[in-house]
Amino acid sequence: MTLADAQPQAISFECETGNYHTFCPISCVTWLYQKIEDSFFLVIGTKTCGYFLQNAMGVMIFAEPRYAMAELEEGDISAQLNDYEELKRLCLQIKRDRNPSVIVWIGTCTTEIIKMDLEGMAPKLEAEIGIPIVVARANGLDYAFTQGEDTVLAAMVQRCPTKVPEMEKEERNAISKLLNFGRKKEEVATEESQYVDHPPLVLFGSLPDPVVTQLTLELKKQGIKVSGWLPAKRYGELPPLDEGDYVVGVNPFLSRTATTLMRRRKCKLIGAPFPIGPDGTRAWIEKICSVFGIIPTGLAEREAQIWESLEDYIQLIRGKSVFFMGDNLLEISLARFLIRCGMTCPEVGIPYMDKRYQAAELALLEKTCQEMGTPLPKIIEKPDNYNQLQRIKELQPDLVITGMAHANPLEARGITTKWSVEFTFAQIHGFTNARDILELVTRPLRRNNSLKNLGWEKLIREEANS
Amino acid sequence: MKLAYWMYAGPAHIGTLRVASSFKNVHAIMHAPLGDDYFNVMRSMLEREQDFTPVTTSVVDRHVLARGSQEKVVDNITRKDGEEHPDLIVLTPTCTSSILQEDLQNFVDRAQLESKGDVLLADVNHYRVNELQAADRTLQQIVQFYIEKARKKGDLPTDKTEQPSVNIIGISTLGFHNNHDCTELKRLMTDLGIAVNEVIPEGASVHNLKNLPKAWFNLVPYRELGLMTARYLEQEFGMPSVDITPMGVVETARCIRKIQSILNAQGVDVDYEEFIETQTLHVSQAAWFSRSIDCQNLTGKKAVVYGDATHAAAITKILAREMGIRVVWAGTFCKYDAEWFREQVSEYCDEVIINDDHGAIGDAIAKAEPAAIFGTQMERHVGKRLDIPCGVISAPIHIQNFPVGYRPFLGYEGTNQIVDLIYNSFTLGMEDHLLEIFGGHDTKEVITKGISADSDMTWSKDGLAELNKIPGFVRGKVKRNTEKFARDRGIEVITAEVLYAAKEAVGA
Repeated sequence: MTLADAQPQAISFECETGNYHTFCPISCVTWLYQKIEDSFFLVIGTKTCGYFLQNAMGVMIFAEPRYAMAELEEGDISAQLNDYEELKRLCLQIKRDRNPSVIVWIGTCTTEIIKMDLEGMAPKLEAEIGIPIVVARANGLDYAFTQGEDTVLAAMVQRCPTKVPEMEKEERNAISKLLNFGRKKEEVATEESQYVDHPPLVLFGSLPDPVVTQLTLELKKQGIKVSGWLPAKRYGELPPLDEGDYVVGVNPFLSRTATTLMRRRKCKLIGAPFPIGPDGTRAWIEKICSVFGIIPTGLAEREAQIWESLEDYIQLIRGKSVFFMGDNLLEISLARFLIRCGMTCPEVGIPYMDKRYQAAELALLEKTCQEMGTPLPKIIEKPDNYNQLQRIKELQPDLVITGMAHANPLEARGITTKWSVEFTFAQIHGFTNARDILELVTRPLRRNNSLKNLGWEKLIREEANS
Repeated sequence: MKLAYWMYAGPAHIGTLRVASSFKNVHAIMHAPLGDDYFNVMRSMLEREQDFTPVTTSVVDRHVLARGSQEKVVDNITRKDGEEHPDLIVLTPTCTSSILQEDLQNFVDRAQLESKGDVLLADVNHYRVNELQAADRTLQQIVQFYIEKARKKGDLPTDKTEQPSVNIIGISTLGFHNNHDCTELKRLMTDLGIAVNEVIPEGASVHNLKNLPKAWFNLVPYRELGLMTARYLEQEFGMPSVDITPMGVVETARCIRKIQSILNAQGVDVDYEEFIETQTLHVSQAAWFSRSIDCQNLTGKKAVVYGDATHAAAITKILAREMGIRVVWAGTFCKYDAEWFREQVSEYCDEVIINDDHGAIGDAIAKAEPAAIFGTQMERHVGKRLDIPCGVISAPIHIQNFPVGYRPFLGYEGTNQIVDLIYNSFTLGMEDHLLEIFGGHDTKEVITKGISADSDMTWSKDGLAELNKIPGFVRGKVKRNTEKFARDRGIEVITAEVLYAAKEAVGA
């Protein structure tokens, strides 16, 4: 152990059996339908898919969500019914009831297996009913949880408009003009002049609107103008993308989207760590600045100030260990942030590791470990939950970040857990939300502090055969 | 294809998993894609289960799609056999695996050669049966397997127990109030001097299934789970069964009388009439409640009832027969059991609805304008929207329907619980109504919600826009904190940037 500590090592990657618990990628509809306000998501699958969505989303389902199942019946599977006619019937019903600006078809395992040609049918039906139909194959055969968003955004990339002529641009800006109504022309002009002259930059990744504002403002402080977000609040507001435009991701699970942006739209990808934690946010901004030849101002102070405000929470976790079982692909960034907070991390489980898309994040992780003098975590791709539980039993980490299937059983065995899905739904990006991450991470530890000395940590009897 | 937002009964494999994981030391392996193991989350969260749910997935991925599962399923079964030594592994097909049409039985046969435990393939068709039917079938399948196994080995006990005894069939994990019902039924049996031979599947060991024929009769409290098993045992061993759900005063008495006649037919001389009378008059408060003026006030009030066949039928009868409430319509989503349901409730309600489309049910509620709804969580939400109180009487359910406190629906204590549930639903509705007539409680609007003009601070357009994105219940606090932050620093106009700077500074 001492030998390993003394020598700088490279991160080790392992791949296990893929027997792990995660959410089905179709779960992305629940946050994407809320993000893209004029969309309707149609999941083409079976009762199993529907039951998952219904149970995973709890109360949301009652709020008349803009998503539904096209539930396949036996006649659909055996091709006794005509897929095209069936989908047309349902989409017309959706058009009548909800009148969305776009219908997103989510292909599932079943449509894959029966080889339903969604991509082929969509353009035909789109022309017939007059609503854009975007096809995303977010199925459990190929993807895990958050990767669902990746497949949807990659499909959306194709729908982004190209360079808009100046005249039209004026029109597109009609809304901002409206907002600027009553303000003097010079004022608007000075606002424009606050930005450095740089090529267009588009950010990709779905974030809650307040976080979009925060990150946009953060870049504005460096004179960087965000010309658009993929996705935008409305389908009609998808950002224009042209050859040579710069793009940067805000989430670690967007590798297909990044690839599509580069290959299909000839955009230039800025490979940066992700703006999760103050360290990540600073590195993200610095990388964008460096690409545009800007010297960032006030970043170091800003980061220091945020760290200072986190100190009360960091005190609770410093020196403690955290184990990621892995299910949402945020694991590398969160581990890097928590190691910077003074935690140690023996293992980072992750469903899928794109070493190219996450290269800068991995480099920052390595650097963070060196600077903090902590050993590098083992990164386990496609983990095996059973094996992981054996390792957890052996290591007795102070905190296990895991899915709900394991949380209660681990708690009953005296292992403190944090439910990982919360990180997907909470606001965790940028300087402003660093505290929210720690709020989540420390919650079980604060709970432990308030309940200590009750002697109830372990509630199950030791297994006789262990 | 069917446009569906919500379903009342889950897919078939959920039923199989519910039965398998109810048994002790039985492991289920799903042949399914990643993410289909959502059952584990439900069990761990809803039941607040302390143990790991004994369900794993043999993952169907791209490779499996291309080449078939080959050794994978067999390996997963033998691996689990070695790791946890379950008595039985149930290979569970899902919608995905049923269209792949792999020969799962062959995998099971091969895995059986290497496994110490038993291996079974759940025999359920995903596209023809739902969760409840699949659960019923799986339980029967497992029971039959172990009866036949014992018979082959020649260690099937044939004698009845000395004292009258019963098997309670159909108690399962994730069932509505099942564990409380089970306790209540055991208590009832003890009071009747009947020994409980076996309870299945919850908490049972498959090794004990061969003892099922030792009981004098079977009690199947729920319509949805256990009837197939009871029928099988009747065919094989001539065991009589009681399938009257002891829910409500009248039905509990009917159930006990049926037990009495079954036992007497087997040569014991029992008379439970006195017991029924004592319980009805002194233990259950339901009979007294129906005489009390509280209940009088409910006379003729309109209610609608919807749920699984068991609960919807029982509650309908209680409302109409025991409380004098008018049930405008009673409905169930158990379409496959429609005939039975109709027969049970027809005389106790104006109309019977057999439908599993929540939209149609919602519309039927709106049309009926009842004073109270008794339904599932979905109907509770419809009630919220329409401002009608709702008592939850059936799955699908949320975590609040897995109470820690003792809340049976069956037996004599169950009648007490149901009285509270029904009465509370109605009074709340009444209170609400009176408040409306008299203009609410005597509170004037004390706290101004939202953005008012009562502050000296100026908010820029973008600042206001951001403030409006903050959820209503904390917006006031955020606004105050932000304004304080701005005032302290002499900032005159609050922009979005100031708002977030304030958040960073004070954690607003």
